[in-house]
Amino acid sequence: MAQKVVEEAVVAVTEPAVLIHRIALLFSPGRHWLLLILASLPAFSLFATVLPEDRADVMYHRYDGGGVEVDGPSILVRKSVMDTVSLSANYYVDSISSASVDVVSTASPYTEERTETSLSMDYLHNKTLMSLALTKSDESDYLSETGSFSISHDMFGDLTTVSLGYSVGNDDISRNGDADFGDQVKRQNYRLSLSQILTKNTILGVGWETITDEGFLNNPYRSYRYLDPLAGNGYSYLPEVYPRTRTSNALALRLKYYLPYRAALSSEYRYFNDTWGVDANNFELAYTHPFKEKWIFDIRYRYYTQDGADFYSDLFTRRAPQTYLARDKELSSFQSHTLGLAMSYEIKPGFLQFVDRGTLNLAYDYIHFDYDDFRDLTRGGVVGEEPFYSFSANVIKAYVSIWY
Amino acid sequence: MLTNHRLLPLVLLLALTGCAIEPWVQPYERARLADPIMSFERDPVANGFRHHVYQTREAARGAEGGGGGGCGCN
Repeated sequence: MAQKVVEEAVVAVTEPAVLIHRIALLFSPGRHWLLLILASLPAFSLFATVLPEDRADVMYHRYDGGGVEVDGPSILVRKSVMDTVSLSANYYVDSISSASVDVVSTASPYTEERTETSLSMDYLHNKTLMSLALTKSDESDYLSETGSFSISHDMFGDLTTVSLGYSVGNDDISRNGDADFGDQVKRQNYRLSLSQILTKNTILGVGWETITDEGFLNNPYRSYRYLDPLAGNGYSYLPEVYPRTRTSNALALRLKYYLPYRAALSSEYRYFNDTWGVDANNFELAYTHPFKEKWIFDIRYRYYTQDGADFYSDLFTRRAPQTYLARDKELSSFQSHTLGLAMSYEIKPGFLQFVDRGTLNLAYDYIHFDYDDFRDLTRGGVVGEEPFYSFSANVIKAYVSIWY
Repeated sequence: MLTNHRLLPLVLLLALTGCAIEPWVQPYERARLADPIMSFERDPVANGFRHHVYQTREAARGAEGGGGGGCGCN
């Protein structure tokens, strides 16, 4: 019996996530002596730093809301080699068709496609995991390349995992139909995160990220609105002007709690601010409930609120009253509510011999946005007193995951 | 009140024993924590997309958990 358990534990060290769970279940209180045998194995730990699991995901995603439709595939393949290295590749497409409220007011509806490809390598050395990733995002008028490095380490009896990350990205921006326009953005991300086992039922996660941008930071197609007595409808538009630098900070706290029966409760709070005067808070509560071995159901509620940027206005009193001018609704004051439902069904595709298990997944999010100072000009009204804008979005994710 | 001089041995002691802190949750008590439903990142592809949806419609960004890294897609 002990021999069998030890053999299983050795397997668990190499294929951790699922098998570790099964192994751990063997430790009923009367079997603590087994632990002594296992503890004598070098580097054995039930929560040690491990390579990500070998898996592949194929997803179809669709977003539909506010006159914007985005859909496309995402494919992720991850495979480890030599027990210490894991390689992954991700291919992602957004096919965008936009007739959003700002586009309808100031420009023509458009369609475009964004393709994102990522390659990453993780290297495990003792209790330290190092990751390197390269990402390229390509649109007809926006090219972005990002390199990321992160390192994470387990300490204090593997109760604590500390991670540090750094990314640097360069974006090349152009404007369709304007060969003379071209600009750039340089972006740097600094991340610090900590995962802490608090009790045998509770995990705490803390994350901090500072992001700095330098360059052309507004959308080259968007305009601000100002009162213009000479215009027939009382207002006119001019291209937005943003600062050429931005630094933002985000602090997130996450708690995950295993309930007295097999189900999990999770919560998240994040505080955000930036040098443009934006303050934001979001709070999330989620419940995960497995059902009859093969099913897992998730329900999630998220609330988000932000105060707009200092240089945002729905309607400026005159042409160029200040240096920076924005009427991008993402920089206004607003709230959003998300209700998310997801279900997952485990499968054993017998015809694929190399596959250990798989899941079929479907997730739906309903998101509602309410703007406090962005007005819906398509609905008419006295200038500056048009109704405030609000819209709802439906987001669908359908995906298949396999582990091998 | 402790002076710096008196603190020094304490700091040294902590430094020496810091790597050998007795875990208050023993490995055999972590079965529940190792259950996949307790993972912060159970579905990396779906989570990545969810963060992308929020990033393009909200000013807030960063500390989303998972890989992160900023796709530069505005």
